[in-house]
Amino acid sequence: MSLDAKIPDGPLDEKWNHHKFNIKLVNPANKRKYDVIIVGTGLAGASAAASLAELGYNVKAFCFQDSPRRAHSIAAQGGINAAKNYQNDGDSVFRLFYDTIKGGDYRSREANVHRLAEASVNIIDQCVAQGVPFAREYGGLLANRSFGGAQVSRTFYARGQTGQQLLLGAYSALSRQIAAGKVKMYNRTEMLDLVMVDGQARGIVTRNLLTGEIESHSAHAVVLASGGYGNVFFLSTNAMGSNATAAWRAHKKGALFANPCFTQIHPTCIPVSGDHQSKLTLMSESLRNDGRVWVPKKAIKGLSALDSLKVAEADRDYFLERKYPAFGNLVPRDVASRNGKYVCDEGRGVGKTGLAVFLDFADAIKRDGKETIKSKYGNLFDMYKQITGDDPYEVPMMIYPAVHYTMGGLWVDYNLMTNVKGLYALGECNFSDHGANRLGASALMQGLADGYFVIPYTIGDYLAKMPYDKVSTDHEEFKKAEEAVKANIDKLLNSKGGRTVDDFHKALGKIMWDKCGMSRTAEGLKEAKKEIQQLRKEYWEDVNVVGVNEELNMTLEKALRVGDFFELAELMVDDALDRNESCGGHFREEYQTEEGEAKRDDENYAYGSCWEYTGPDKDEKLIKEELVFENVKLTQRSYK
Amino acid sequence: MLSSLRGATNKKDIMDLTLKIWRQKNSQDHGGFKTYKVTDISPDTSFLEMLDILNDQMEKSGEDPVHFDHDCREGICGMCSMYINGRPHGPQEGITTCQLHMRSFKDGDTITIEPWRAKPFPVIKDLVVDRTSFDRIIQAGGFISVGTGGVPDANEIPIPARISNEAMDAASCIGCGACVAACKNASAMLFVSAKVSHLALLPQGEIEAKERAEKMVEQMDEEGFGSCTNTGACSAECPKEISLEHIARLNREYYFAKQSSENIHTGDEVHGGG
Repeated sequence: MSLDAKIPDGPLDEKWNHHKFNIKLVNPANKRKYDVIIVGTGLAGASAAASLAELGYNVKAFCFQDSPRRAHSIAAQGGINAAKNYQNDGDSVFRLFYDTIKGGDYRSREANVHRLAEASVNIIDQCVAQGVPFAREYGGLLANRSFGGAQVSRTFYARGQTGQQLLLGAYSALSRQIAAGKVKMYNRTEMLDLVMVDGQARGIVTRNLLTGEIESHSAHAVVLASGGYGNVFFLSTNAMGSNATAAWRAHKKGALFANPCFTQIHPTCIPVSGDHQSKLTLMSESLRNDGRVWVPKKAIKGLSALDSLKVAEADRDYFLERKYPAFGNLVPRDVASRNGKYVCDEGRGVGKTGLAVFLDFADAIKRDGKETIKSKYGNLFDMYKQITGDDPYEVPMMIYPAVHYTMGGLWVDYNLMTNVKGLYALGECNFSDHGANRLGASALMQGLADGYFVIPYTIGDYLAKMPYDKVSTDHEEFKKAEEAVKANIDKLLNSKGGRTVDDFHKALGKIMWDKCGMSRTAEGLKEAKKEIQQLRKEYWEDVNVVGVNEELNMTLEKALRVGDFFELAELMVDDALDRNESCGGHFREEYQTEEGEAKRDDENYAYGSCWEYTGPDKDEKLIKEELVFENVKLTQRSYK
Repeated sequence: MLSSLRGATNKKDIMDLTLKIWRQKNSQDHGGFKTYKVTDISPDTSFLEMLDILNDQMEKSGEDPVHFDHDCREGICGMCSMYINGRPHGPQEGITTCQLHMRSFKDGDTITIEPWRAKPFPVIKDLVVDRTSFDRIIQAGGFISVGTGGVPDANEIPIPARISNEAMDAASCIGCGACVAACKNASAMLFVSAKVSHLALLPQGEIEAKERAEKMVEQMDEEGFGSCTNTGACSAECPKEISLEHIARLNREYYFAKQSSENIHTGDEVHGGG
């Protein structure tokens, strides 16, 4: 198979405009003859559903939550980037493009990223028109703040709830189209398979989570906006229900999965407190502006936050300030995460578990006063106290890295279409814009750019060439897919084994965190592959799923998702093993500089790794998309 | 994952609890309380993780686990919904159930857990209720009618920071339904007012303000929510601490709309509070 990314010709800053003119349009009167399925109602899915419905397409939208308003985009705190240059500080579309390419450690596609930067300015206009209450200056104009990886202030925000406000904006636009009858909304419905007819994506098979009914839905195109796969690790900052099933089932029907090993580990999360832990909570990275990260120079077993006050200044190791004097505590996410792990591996970690480092505000409070610190971080300090019981005004916080975002996803071309005709992937579900590492405040930007400003153009190019004829859900391909889904469910329900789904999921998560997490080795990855295969075998023989299919059964929902996580985990390991370099979130211990920093290999690995499913229990086939950099110069990142 | 940890927690902090949980197989089932025991609960466990532990026990013995809605577990998605000892989202103010931790309880406590009780929120199973009535209220008018594209530059609509902040206070509603659950009349006024107020405060939302208030209130009534008698339980129990002022603004918007609008519907019924 050869891959064509369909990048338009011409200069970088003219590609999108030319492309929009060149692609085919569907006449307004004809749009109503086309049906489009959208899976997921986060920023990408909701904005796409609303925009396509406004254009006149018939949209069917699906979410597993009880309402489209609850998708996990809602939990994003910090903000959304846009190259508005409202601050007159030298920002531009090209600078946002450049920062994103560099932040991604030169593993993303130039043309897509430039289009993202172009669309960013329209997103802010759109959201304000919808009534999103962004923060404002006293003069009434929009306020900005700065974020990691950028030297300009381009981040728009709505307190610490930017994701919520943007999602509710998209949800309101979607609700308007539901009321207008242009979107048919399916809540509490999960996609369990993609249906292909004559080589084109023509529908999906779903399970109604309330009744267990397996249903088929047919359309002229299918758009996946189903988010990322961080929950492979069991513990992550993702929502409990976030899963990879829609994307994975599409992969098994032929869609290439790209760069699965690129996962982002965020350095400032509240540490695991015990084996009861179900998920992890992020603390905004802005805290590192004032907090100092440290551990004791010599290991002190079980050092509590309260006892840390007794550790003399001379006995503390402010390891980020020591190793990176230029950037100090503000090194990028991947560097901060890795170094926190190293000191814990040395046995110098703190807290009951020894898997935490201190983030200390004592100096900042002494310098600026408690009120100043409160005005900057009050809500975060409250949240921390709520979860841990410790008061960060009195004792240092404890933090530890956690899985936060997945840069990998379904391979898409410039039109956001996968290699499967008529199947699109938007937002975190695709691999397109963040390379090996995503910058803060860029996930919201990408979700909305894809949904509001890319897919409404590019899907028309495909549909314009499609006949209006609908495929009946009685077609044998639908029936076959339904049967396969039912068989899978029966297998799980009939297994009647001895271990719970969570038990398996936790075991899988531990393998992935230990061997395919913050740092990886060829040896560890090879072990991980064997362990995953063994565990997956046990899963299908020994899992215990109580209850029946024909009612609300949350254990069964989890069991189906975890079954797919096993297969995806193995591919993540294969991908990490193939990539003999360190870049962004992917750190292979064999490939580091003498100072212990990531060592990229642009000569051999400047490609997107696109994996093709070849059948059950078979190794997947690697297809490379060579990345061509015509507008930026590849440099080594250094933060010393 | 960290199996050595249990022993590391101070022995005296560990809790044994009795749980009285509402079990209801489906919407037709009458349902009733059942009593369960959980032991060795660490104070660092979140309330929902305590239920996870219970469910793990039940699954191991082949029993149907307790179903409850939850997703983000960070207090923002609005999915979690239950009364804990009679109070929506439990004993602490300004948080959702998923943010509640077991250090708020003590060894030997009996905790009663129920689903939201309101006619427009029918029970689906155990602690899971159907809140699609909220979606339909938003669909009735909880939006500004702009399509994608063709909008003015964001800074062409200046908004005083004070107004924007007040709109943000209202917009922070997570749609969990605690206001309805707390209200003796099962009124949805706080939920509806949060959206009406958010959009009415902003110049972008002003154009449709009248129609929005009328349509959303009409839908609220159609769904079967009760009337507002200004008791304020909704605001007191709201995890996002949304103020009663927004209900006052909704009433103003609504009466103003009824007096002056050329709108579709001129029902005789009086809505809301006074």
